[in-house]
Amino acid sequence: MDNLKAIVESLLFASDTPLTTHKIKSVLETADRKAISEVLTNLAKEYESGKRGFFLTEVAGGFQLRTRPEYRQWIRRLRETRPTRLSRPAMETLAIIAYKQPVLRSDIEYLRGVDCGGTLRTLLERRLIRVLGRKDLPGRPMIYGTTKQFLELFDLKDLTGLPTLKDLKDLGETWPNDSK
Amino acid sequence: MEQTQDQTHYEVHLGDLFDGPMDLLLHLVKKNEVDIYDIPIALITQQYIEYLEWMKSLNIDVAGEFLVMAATLTHIKSRMLLPTQGEEVDDEDPRMEIVRPLAEFLQLKYAADDLMERDRLDWDVFVRRDFDETEPWPEGAPGDLIQVGIFELIDAFQKIINRTHPAYFLDLTPDTISVKSRISQITDILEERGSVTFQELFEAKATRRDIIVTFLAILEMAKFQLIRIMQHLESGIIRIFNG
Repeated sequence: MDNLKAIVESLLFASDTPLTTHKIKSVLETADRKAISEVLTNLAKEYESGKRGFFLTEVAGGFQLRTRPEYRQWIRRLRETRPTRLSRPAMETLAIIAYKQPVLRSDIEYLRGVDCGGTLRTLLERRLIRVLGRKDLPGRPMIYGTTKQFLELFDLKDLTGLPTLKDLKDLGETWPNDSK
Repeated sequence: MEQTQDQTHYEVHLGDLFDGPMDLLLHLVKKNEVDIYDIPIALITQQYIEYLEWMKSLNIDVAGEFLVMAATLTHIKSRMLLPTQGEEVDDEDPRMEIVRPLAEFLQLKYAADDLMERDRLDWDVFVRRDFDETEPWPEGAPGDLIQVGIFELIDAFQKIINRTHPAYFLDLTPDTISVKSRISQITDILEERGSVTFQELFEAKATRRDIIVTFLAILEMAKFQLIRIMQHLESGIIRIFNG
C-alpha cells in the first residue's frame, strides 16, 4: 500500500481511544506489523519535526494523537469545563496502588498511616483503580490494581513506564513537594 | 473542618493539617534536618507529643491514629533506654520499627510527585472525544475484552435511562416477579445466541420500568454467575455472555 501512512494517520485521527497495532492490522487486513510500526514511527517523527499542535504517543498499549502540553491553556479555554484535580492524598494512594499492586486496602493504610476508604472510593469512581479480586483471608478483603484509564491519564505506555522506586530521587537528597 | 451550631468556636481536625501521623513525623524529621535512618528518637518523640498537645490547646481534634504513633514512638524510646541483654546478634535497632515505614512513605511521596509531574490527560494534553455508543459490535474478531466493573455498568445504565422520556417514569419499586421473568427471557436469548450486547437488551421503546427491571435482572444474573459481562477494550461496548 503506497498510501499506508495516510491511512494509518486517518485511523489515528478518527479514533478516540488508543489504537493498538493489532487493531490497525485487522482493519487494514493485509498490512504486516513491521510496516505499520515503521509508519507509526515516521508519523511520530513528522509531527515532532513539523512543529505540529499535536503529537503521537504510545499510551495504554496503543497509539494516540494528543495535543501538545505547551498549548494546554488554549484547549482549556476551548473546553471551558475544568477537570477535577486529584488531591494530594488521592495521588499518594494512587501511587501506592500503581507500585504495589495487587494490593489490599490494609496495606495501603499501613503505608499511609490513615484511613483510605474515601480516597479509594473516589479513585474507583474515576476508574483509575479497580477491584482485581478478593483475597482468601477473613473478611475476603478486596485486592486493588490500576486500570487502563490510569495509563491514559498519565500518558503511560504500560506500568513498566513508571520509574522504579529506586530511580526516584535518592532519599534525603531533596524533599518531596509539600502538600501544604 | 467541622462546625456545629451550638458551638461558637471552630473545630479543626489535625488530619486537615497533616495527612496522617506519618506526614507529621516526616515534617519533624525534615524540620530538624536529621537523617531518616538515624532519628534522634527522644527529640522527635518529645516534639511529636508537644505538637499534639499544642494542637489540643488550639482545640484541634487529634485523631486516634496520631495517638497510636505517639505510643509507638514512646515505646521505641523506652526500648532504646533498656540495656541490651546478653549478646544477641540479631538485636535490631528498635528505631527500625518506624524507620522502615517512614522510608517507604517518603518513597511513595516521590512516586506521587513523579505522577503529578507527568503530562496529564484532559489537563495538559487532550484527545478527540465524544463517542457514540450505538456503534455496532465489530464483526469478526472479538477484539480485546475486559471484565466490566460495577461503575461502567452503572454508567451504561444511566445513559440508557437518560435517553427515555421522563413521562414514562412511573414507579421505582421493582416488581420481583417481572425481574424473574426478565431473567428467564435473557437466559433464552443467551441460550439461543450465546451473547448479547448490553444495548440490545434495552429496546428503544422500553419504558423506564422495563429498563430498571432489565438492569436488575442483569445484576441478579451476574450475582449468581449465570452471565459474564465483558466490555470491548476499544469501542467500550458492553456484551453479556452465557456464564
